[in-house]
Amino acid sequence: MSNYTVLLSENGTVAVDDTLLVKGAEAKAGSRMLEGFKPLFSAEAVTRLEKAGYTMHSKTHVGEFGLDLVGEFSNDCKQTGALRGAAASLVADGTVKAALAVDVNGAPRRAAMLEGVSFLKPTYGTVSRYGVISTAASGEQVGVYAKTADGIAEVMRVIAGHDGKDGTSLPAERYEYVTDAPAGGKRVAVVKELLDKADDAAKANVNAYADALRAKGVTVEEIRVSLTDAAAVAWQILMTAETCNNVSRYDGVKFGHRAENYKTIDELYVNSRTEGFNFLTKAVILYGSDVLSKTRYKACYDKSLRVRRVAAEAMNALFAQYDAVLTPVASVTGFEAYDIHEAFDKVFKESVFTAIPNLVGIPALVSGGVQLMGKAFDESVLLSLAAAVEKEG
Amino acid sequence: MKYELVIGLETHVELSTESKIFCSCGGHAAADEPNDCVCPACCGMPGMLPVMNKRVVELAVTAGLMLNCHINRYTTFDKKNYYYPDLPCAYQITQLNHPICTDGCVTVKTSEGSRDIRIKQIHMEEDAGKLVHEGNSSYVDFNRTSVPLIEIVTQPDFRSAEEVVTYLAKLRSMFRSGGISECQEGAMRCDVNISVRPEGSEEFGVRTEIKNMSSFEAIERAIRYEAQRHMDALEFELEELVQETRRFDEVSGKTFAMRNKETEADYRYFPDANLMPIIIDDEWLEQIKANKPVAVDEKAEDYRAAGIVEKDIATLLSDHKISRLLDDTVALGCDAKTAASWILTDCAGILRKDGKSFDDLVVTPEKLATIIKMVEDGTINRGAGKKVLIAVVEQDVDPVAFCKEQGLDRKVDTAMIDEVIDRVIAENPKAVEDFRGGKAKALQALFGACMRELKGAGDPAMIKEKLEAKLA
Repeated sequence: MSNYTVLLSENGTVAVDDTLLVKGAEAKAGSRMLEGFKPLFSAEAVTRLEKAGYTMHSKTHVGEFGLDLVGEFSNDCKQTGALRGAAASLVADGTVKAALAVDVNGAPRRAAMLEGVSFLKPTYGTVSRYGVISTAASGEQVGVYAKTADGIAEVMRVIAGHDGKDGTSLPAERYEYVTDAPAGGKRVAVVKELLDKADDAAKANVNAYADALRAKGVTVEEIRVSLTDAAAVAWQILMTAETCNNVSRYDGVKFGHRAENYKTIDELYVNSRTEGFNFLTKAVILYGSDVLSKTRYKACYDKSLRVRRVAAEAMNALFAQYDAVLTPVASVTGFEAYDIHEAFDKVFKESVFTAIPNLVGIPALVSGGVQLMGKAFDESVLLSLAAAVEKEG
Repeated sequence: MKYELVIGLETHVELSTESKIFCSCGGHAAADEPNDCVCPACCGMPGMLPVMNKRVVELAVTAGLMLNCHINRYTTFDKKNYYYPDLPCAYQITQLNHPICTDGCVTVKTSEGSRDIRIKQIHMEEDAGKLVHEGNSSYVDFNRTSVPLIEIVTQPDFRSAEEVVTYLAKLRSMFRSGGISECQEGAMRCDVNISVRPEGSEEFGVRTEIKNMSSFEAIERAIRYEAQRHMDALEFELEELVQETRRFDEVSGKTFAMRNKETEADYRYFPDANLMPIIIDDEWLEQIKANKPVAVDEKAEDYRAAGIVEKDIATLLSDHKISRLLDDTVALGCDAKTAASWILTDCAGILRKDGKSFDDLVVTPEKLATIIKMVEDGTINRGAGKKVLIAVVEQDVDPVAFCKEQGLDRKVDTAMIDEVIDRVIAENPKAVEDFRGGKAKALQALFGACMRELKGAGDPAMIKEKLEAKLA
């Protein structure tokens, strides 16, 4: 294969997380509900990589529908001790050079932080969502893990671009992803509200990264952004509502898990779903169902749509003054195993760091244990800043 | 007591498209076997995304134009959530917040006369599949899933079963001739909302909804049965009417209450994030208009018969407000062609001069009819009529009072005219002498002086006659 040698430095193998479809390979999104489901087609991002000469190495497990912290509540894998992210681990130990994952509520970003690799959640609409086991259509996006910014840019150049099979895909046929734009003279803002929510280790990471940027001639300033909490709540409402709706198709009628005991159609639904979904998914379904109900819709869902618009405007105003925003990825730098009944609150607590990019569609890059957010389509700015810091170390 | 029937309709029409509404599955109308015409998208498999079929938008807009609707240039889709095995995603993609067409009107003519039925809205949505029951088992057939539908919702404007059936027949003939739907058996389905109230009452009675009927005959029978049931209930107080959903049984000819649960369902509607809003720009709308087939329309026939030209008929049919103004003016005893000219030439000209459109027109049929009649019976001349119309359009004045005020009324009292003529004769002895000496031109000068004094009031022919008589 002629282009093999230029692909991911002579190892063109990519792992795919289980919320993305690979034709013929069982796809469960970490859920018992989808046991035995084999898709008839591959995700567009997978097809584009295969066409470009990359080989799919493996499907990696994810937490059920990608809703947990880093994949700890998967039907395929029991959590023990310190939590890790499956696809991120394969990239970290060099088994694969890159991996694809769906970012709906920050799980791949936290996994990248834990494993010391990089992950890019691109601008909404730049990578096709065709073939994604969808949960929150308005904010989920296919992203890329790699060890370096260069590795991410290489894969992004293959998978990004218009796809007629996805109505939310943006019209541009191609996007440029460069990693060598000059860092000197760039302006980066550190969000005080998010820094204050992080522990000392996470804070130290951000401060060290800020220093590394300054060493490259970047101006780093601390600023206040008042909408971080509101954005997290808004995304929790939109995300749970859309997820509740999107997983409602898993009802035991057509494919996946069906309960053995039922007498009526209602029993078939209730028993299959009771057995098939884990506690976190059920909590998301109940919460999402509630915010969509007639009596709550205006105060919850409708208001969140308005918060989304306000947040997008505020971020645009911020990016008129700064090239990127630097934040912690999570409140801590490591997670221990915990009980699933705490999961809903735990994930929500951490999503305050990750929600804005999902809510308003801007890109977010995790590198060196911190997060950089940028203006829509400014992936090259983020990748170039990260590449500059990488070269420092 | 005499009762009045009040009916509103929701009509689902299957569109004649090559493929389904959000995927490329084709041939669903002629599928032989169950699940012959399905793909991962229309069976709700994960990973597939809906992609809008442009043809559906065009047919929905065409239907809207035929029913004289307002075409909304910004239209969006919403998800309606409910569980049923024939609905693979457990939600239906439909339109709640921004339907494609709103505020239309269609006229139905029956033995009782003609009535305008207002269309509340037309929206696009996907159909559900079908369940086949055999013994202890039920089977699911997704061939019909995601077949495009439009739902046409009327206001509660029908007053008889005959009007309902006439309306449906009219829709069917329009949609067939317009290439919107074949309207074959089952492709046109109706939900009938029905209530009964004492004649003359303004308030609506308790409403029941009869769901999912497709034969006209069944619809007519169901309405007659249900109306009688309501009237009996009111008259004899044998049962209490409750707001509920009912089903019509064709064998017994009766309606039965369905599970009450259904009316209380919360469908948790919300916007579909997978489908971007559709923007219908001028160019696209013009294209759809240009391709719109001429549909059979009785109203157009009526206008044609009245001698109104085709161009004006097109304007009238495209603007419900204006055709309504014309119809109401005609109903007040004016000639249709004359009234059409007043509206489409005179009103339009005045509005254009002021930089306004028909949307801004405030003329009532009563005022317009008054002006037309004053011109016709010679109270004022055509030019004065135009002056009155301008005042009505621009300042909404009362036409009769305005004529009096401005002295446009030619029927001013003759004593005043006599007085003016006498004065003119007295003040112009030279001209009088010239006329009497045989100079015909002198009469013109005297007449002009009279007209000036009268400021255009009075009938010129009559004034001239009087003047000649006085000079003789």
